[in-house]
Amino acid sequence: MQRIATRDAYGRALAALGRLYDDIVVLDADLSKSTKTSDFAKEFPERFFNAGIAEQNMIGMAAGLATTGKKVFASSFAIFAVGRAFEQVRNSIAYARLNVKICASHAGITVGEDGGSHQAIEDIALMRSLPHMTVIVPADGVSTEKAVLAAYQHEGPVYMRLGRPAVPVLYDESLDFKIGKGIEVRPGKDVTIIACGIMVGKALEAAEVLAGEGIDVAVVDMHTIKPLDEELLIRKAEETRAILTVEEHNIIGGLGSAVCEVVSEKCPVPVKRMGINDVFGQSGKVDELLEHYGLTVAEICNNVHNLLQIKS
Amino acid sequence: MRAINAEVIRNLEAKARVLRGHILRMLTQAGSGHTGGSLSAADIVACLYFWEMNIDPQNPRDPNRDRFVLSKGHAAPVLYAALAEKGFFPQEMLSTLRKLGSPLQGHPDMKKLPGVEASTGSLGQGISWAVGMALGGKLDNRDYRVYALLGDGELQEGMVWEAFMAAAHYKLDNLVAIIDHNGLQIDGRISEVMSPEPVGDKLNAFGWEVISIDGHNIEEILKALEEARKVKGKPTAIVAETVKGKGVSFMENRVEWHGVAPKEEELKRALSELGLA
Ligand SMILES: Cc1ncc(C[n+]2csc(CCOP(=O)(O)OP(=O)(O)O)c2C)c(N)n1
Ligand SMILES: [Mg+2]
Repeated sequence: MQRIATRDAYGRALAALGRLYDDIVVLDADLSKSTKTSDFAKEFPERFFNAGIAEQNMIGMAAGLATTGKKVFASSFAIFAVGRAFEQVRNSIAYARLNVKICASHAGITVGEDGGSHQAIEDIALMRSLPHMTVIVPADGVSTEKAVLAAYQHEGPVYMRLGRPAVPVLYDESLDFKIGKGIEVRPGKDVTIIACGIMVGKALEAAEVLAGEGIDVAVVDMHTIKPLDEELLIRKAEETRAILTVEEHNIIGGLGSAVCEVVSEKCPVPVKRMGINDVFGQSGKVDELLEHYGLTVAEICNNVHNLLQIKS
Repeated sequence: MRAINAEVIRNLEAKARVLRGHILRMLTQAGSGHTGGSLSAADIVACLYFWEMNIDPQNPRDPNRDRFVLSKGHAAPVLYAALAEKGFFPQEMLSTLRKLGSPLQGHPDMKKLPGVEASTGSLGQGISWAVGMALGGKLDNRDYRVYALLGDGELQEGMVWEAFMAAAHYKLDNLVAIIDHNGLQIDGRISEVMSPEPVGDKLNAFGWEVISIDGHNIEEILKALEEARKVKGKPTAIVAETVKGKGVSFMENRVEWHGVAPKEEELKRALSELGLA
């Protein structure tokens, strides 16, 4: 299976978009080689601005550039773009409803060896609590490329969460990616797994394993956390009467929380949330960390078994 | 270039007085808001809106317009007064300041009021917007200019210095930052709370052209703005010595007047001191 990091797909897509549209301007904060905005910078140096290690000013400059009609993509690691510059994102971008796309890489524990200080596990929660903000967490390279185009075309602020490690490519070019429309990657009638980002691939693997046991699970790639695809969510809740959410984010405030908010009010069925259990990350290899924090195919299968028991 | 003469100066002095009147009246009607810092900036804002800047209230989104960013967003009343006087909206609207549903929010909201270029109020952010606007102008080869007004207490925000660094790095000679150097912030004198001094030397070291003036002397303000137009390859900072609460004797240099509105009786006294009663 082909593998590519979503940040690599972002870098490629951004450079490609730069060839099509000359109103795109890209900002970075001394991490362009890691966030992959360097692809764009190389091709369009006159439209790339390095803010230096100054994320707050980067976000403010992005706002100012957006007022001049530019579509601004601003990148750093998620921990800095969201964490260091949170109030700038809030007041200069979201409150002012500007056309700035904050595309942050190295989100979640799969940052790996750099450790907990660099592993944003709260970015989805922070970004989705901002009015006007659209929050996208693509699962693979293909959907990332399409998400970048969709973000460009979208009027208003976008937060896009990108990852460091290479992950399996799940889609082909025929993918129809729409902001706010979840993708039912696999149909199923027993339990619905709703996942985002790198956990979509794991969920699909788990579904294969479970199919071997005669358990028929549906898998939804909920790439847009906000606005959440409530229609799809409620339909799957009604069809399968049990939901498992899986995300590489704190279980507080992320995809699982967003799903519970809707399901509890509109179609109450049992929901189990899988994510990082309100602890900070640490150094390690990507697979070791996913194992350590329980974000594995085996854990997904266990949780599906538990849900089936609750259901019956 | 239009000539700066005695009549121009007299007219702008009168305009600044009118702005001060609006400020005091709208704050009294609102019952809350920032009086001292609005008054200290009135002469600077009058010079920008009624002499320096190329803006047209009939065409507020003109891509070639000059831009003013009130980085010290709490001084919104001085901005609203100028915009109303300039004709961006009817002057009657000034009385809706801080009221539910009003476009005249407690701090400027660009989405609600035409003529407001940046949503500010969180100190430190406006100057970064101004840097972005100036970059955008360079990128599009437009020759508009960008003016940002900062408080001296605001200089304590770290991101202000990030923005200063970036402006010099990108050689933004289309950007002017004006520092309203009134020596006061909320908790007291800036020299006692957290001194940003020497402001001019610091900006100089950051790669800016620095011009020091009396921020209540119209002629000095106009000349500094004219001087700034001649500076090439770097941004200009105008460090304007000002008096917080300027124009009203019992408000001048009084830290208590930072964030309170006048009462009716105080308004009367203030307006009569300004010769507006
Ligand atoms: C980031 C931020 N912190 C705190 C405040 C609250 N605040 C409003 S005005 C002010 C003092 C500003 O002093 P200065 O910049 O000197 O303004 P001026 O004296 O011209 O009114 C403070 C702390 C704010 N608006 N933004
Ligand atoms: Mg001050």
